[in-house]
Amino acid sequence: MSEYLLEMRNITKEFPGVRALENVTFQVRKGEIHALVGENGAGKSTLMKILSGFYPYGTYTGDIVLDGQVQKFDRIRDSEHAGIAIIYQELALVKQMTIAENIFLGSELCKGKGVINWNETFQRTSKALKEVGLKLSPASRIIDLGVGSQQLVEIAKALTKEARVLILDEPTAALTETEADNLLKILDSFRAQGVSCIYISHRLKEVARIADRITVLRDGRTVITDAKTAMPEDRMIQNMVGRPLTNMFPRRPRTVGETVLEVKNWTIQDPLTQDLVVKDVSFEVRKGEIVGIAGLMGAGRTELVMSLFGVWGKKKSGEVRLGGKPIEIHGARDAIHAGLSLVSEDRKRYGLILGMDVKENSTLASLKRISKLGVINKNEEIKWSDKYVKELRTKTPNLEQRVGNLSGGNQQKVVLAKWLLTHPKVLILDEPTRGIDVGAKVEIYNIMNDLVDQGVCVMMISSELPEVLGMSDRILVIHEGQIAGGFKRDDATEEKVIYYATGGA
Amino acid sequence: METAVVKARAGEGGLIDLILGSMKRNSKQYTMFLALLGIWVIFSFVTDRVFLTPRNLSNLFVQTVTTAILAIGMVLVIVAGHIDLSVGSVLGFAGAVCALCMIKLEWGVIASVSATLVIGLAVGAWHGFWVAYRKVPAFIVTLASMLAFRGLIIGVTGGQTQGLEMASEATAGWFKAIGQGYLPTLIPATDGQVHDTSLYFTIAMIVVFIVAALRRRAARVKYGFPVVPFFAEVLRLAFVSALMGGFAMIMVIYLGIPWAVIFVLALTVIFDFVARDTTFGRHLYAIGGNPDAARLSGINVPRHVFGLFMIMGLMTAIAGIVSTSRLNAATTSAGQNAELDAIASAVIGGTSLMGGEGTIFGAVIGALVMASLDNGMSLMNLDITFQYVIKGLILLLAVWVDMAQRKK
Repeated sequence: MSEYLLEMRNITKEFPGVRALENVTFQVRKGEIHALVGENGAGKSTLMKILSGFYPYGTYTGDIVLDGQVQKFDRIRDSEHAGIAIIYQELALVKQMTIAENIFLGSELCKGKGVINWNETFQRTSKALKEVGLKLSPASRIIDLGVGSQQLVEIAKALTKEARVLILDEPTAALTETEADNLLKILDSFRAQGVSCIYISHRLKEVARIADRITVLRDGRTVITDAKTAMPEDRMIQNMVGRPLTNMFPRRPRTVGETVLEVKNWTIQDPLTQDLVVKDVSFEVRKGEIVGIAGLMGAGRTELVMSLFGVWGKKKSGEVRLGGKPIEIHGARDAIHAGLSLVSEDRKRYGLILGMDVKENSTLASLKRISKLGVINKNEEIKWSDKYVKELRTKTPNLEQRVGNLSGGNQQKVVLAKWLLTHPKVLILDEPTRGIDVGAKVEIYNIMNDLVDQGVCVMMISSELPEVLGMSDRILVIHEGQIAGGFKRDDATEEKVIYYATGGA
Repeated sequence: METAVVKARAGEGGLIDLILGSMKRNSKQYTMFLALLGIWVIFSFVTDRVFLTPRNLSNLFVQTVTTAILAIGMVLVIVAGHIDLSVGSVLGFAGAVCALCMIKLEWGVIASVSATLVIGLAVGAWHGFWVAYRKVPAFIVTLASMLAFRGLIIGVTGGQTQGLEMASEATAGWFKAIGQGYLPTLIPATDGQVHDTSLYFTIAMIVVFIVAALRRRAARVKYGFPVVPFFAEVLRLAFVSALMGGFAMIMVIYLGIPWAVIFVLALTVIFDFVARDTTFGRHLYAIGGNPDAARLSGINVPRHVFGLFMIMGLMTAIAGIVSTSRLNAATTSAGQNAELDAIASAVIGGTSLMGGEGTIFGAVIGALVMASLDNGMSLMNLDITFQYVIKGLILLLAVWVDMAQRKK
């Protein structure tokens, strides 16, 4: 019996024209949490897709060995039978169904042939929910659950399949700090029970906290596998990007100018629930500064900026002034016309047309400028989108590349290009670095700095405290729809922000 | 991979590379074209070469017209993520109204046609209102119209075929030309001879095409963008011109180019331009690809959808006019199943029912495929049972090939 429960030996996987993985070896011990880190496009997801049988046996070279036996998975079901469960970055739950239905989807508990045994289904669901610490009825519908709870349902689902190896791909990307914390505790308890976890994350702090060992992938190769104790954060980053990263949050000295955006007594109602989600918020943004907006998930940050942009909620009171003049915004058109831009938190849902190419996405919000009488000047389109591809250093083979084929960081740059092409006075960024790798993050930060230097005002919502603290000149903390506190950069600390964000005022 | 792109851009790649690259990029168009030619060759064999005679091909093009006009509108509707099931019934209704204007009201051709077009726009506005501003799924809105207008056809015609011989002779003659007439010649010519005006028209089209292509190239050079080497450009233009000329010559040496074919060509060029080169077209693709992202990019989604359905209504009315003219009568069954032919043409032409993807040119080729099947199987005297079965299977096959290609 080898010391490893699972071994992936010399895995090589090629796509037409690209070698995604080259001779990768990856080993997992029983009851360990093994973190897999690397930049986007390093091959983490491909490796996991091979392990889960998404890419069937024969489409790659090398061996998967589980319990000393070579495995030949033809589909995902085979790997599940072997005890490998994967929880995807994008949740794969049927939203209209209940927790219990989702957990046993595809492997329904039956009495006789094809008749579902609801009693046992509910009983086993309750048990699984208890194990992941969710106090919810098995009959709750997924649609009514927050993202954090949904993530836990996914894990509960894996548990009912008696998984021995649990693969978590960016499980905390959409979670708040407390939810993430909770998740990590549950993983701790799994470790104690002898379940092995493969943990993929861009949040290196979490990796440092939870992992026993860490493997770094870069350009489809294993760079290093080592115990966590031997791999502090800076060494992880160095291995990931292949060079030492001196300054995660590049700051530049700046002078703050006149007030550009002024929001007064802004109160917004949720059109569905009738709740007030933004209450009497007033603030201003000045030329040459980055204003960070911190707060917990669900505090009303996204609702605040979406309502300023005119695409969400019902305005109950409030006024927006831009450059001293009051403006009325009844939709994205008005907002863009006035000089606002909103890079939304969910780039695939709100930011990009995945089937369109780089240039078409880049020019989507500013087609008017490159058109005459409604006819697009295709050459102008190429000129402008190419300019921003170069300026933002977007990695794409050409302008005709579908954005769906780009990595997360490069997709985000295309979204940025789209908004920069509208020449905004105020650029609002909602979670601008979610799900993108360290190298690309720093590039986005540099772009933000460049914009501020060019006189654009930047507002940034972020759930990552180091990012908010590192990049903002001023920080506003939102709690339950209200501004609970505001700091200058030099006065802000993580403790203070958390204190106000959790309602400790 | 990257180096290949760079090479092609720099214009240093060999001719073969260029051709292969272009085929790879436009593989969908090529596949469709090859499929069409394949179908023609097969029919030519089984019909003892009757299929490929100028006479039959010329008829085939005319038979394609109604479906092609509907398919052009349908592509845009499907691209924007909607569907229009009513086009068959509305086509029949519009055609009936047009006929009745001439027969019962004794209006002239221009007045009758204009009235019909206005009715088409009104029907489209009705659909657009419910889909865009009342958020009722297009499937339901147009399904309702499909039923309602089939009833209205019976209502306005009294359940009787309205033959155009009941209209004044001058009006009927004029109107007949829309669907059955040919470009008149300067020097009289018969079947098998060159029809002069049609030939001049063809040459003019090819010249316009070449000039447009060269101007596009010049603009790219002015912007400093890479262009393919000049000899390759010449080769491409020669190839496409020969293809255009070849198709046209079939008609030139039969009875000349039919007016209806000229309509379709014009509509194809106009809507291909709308789809690819206008903000309106681009916005439709964005709406179909991701309505949320489109909205947040400042696109007025309802207004575009409303306009889109009006265009579809207009196209349906045009198809109705052409169809009535071709039949020389308004019948209660006119346009039956036309919506299915139009949707099938669009889909065979590479339009994705998921929205956001599809080309006008592809749909027109798709319509030609559908019409070829009808025409060829009729020539073979194939039992109508099999005609339906085969058309159904071809549609299934076409979409499967498309999906399989997409996966790669």
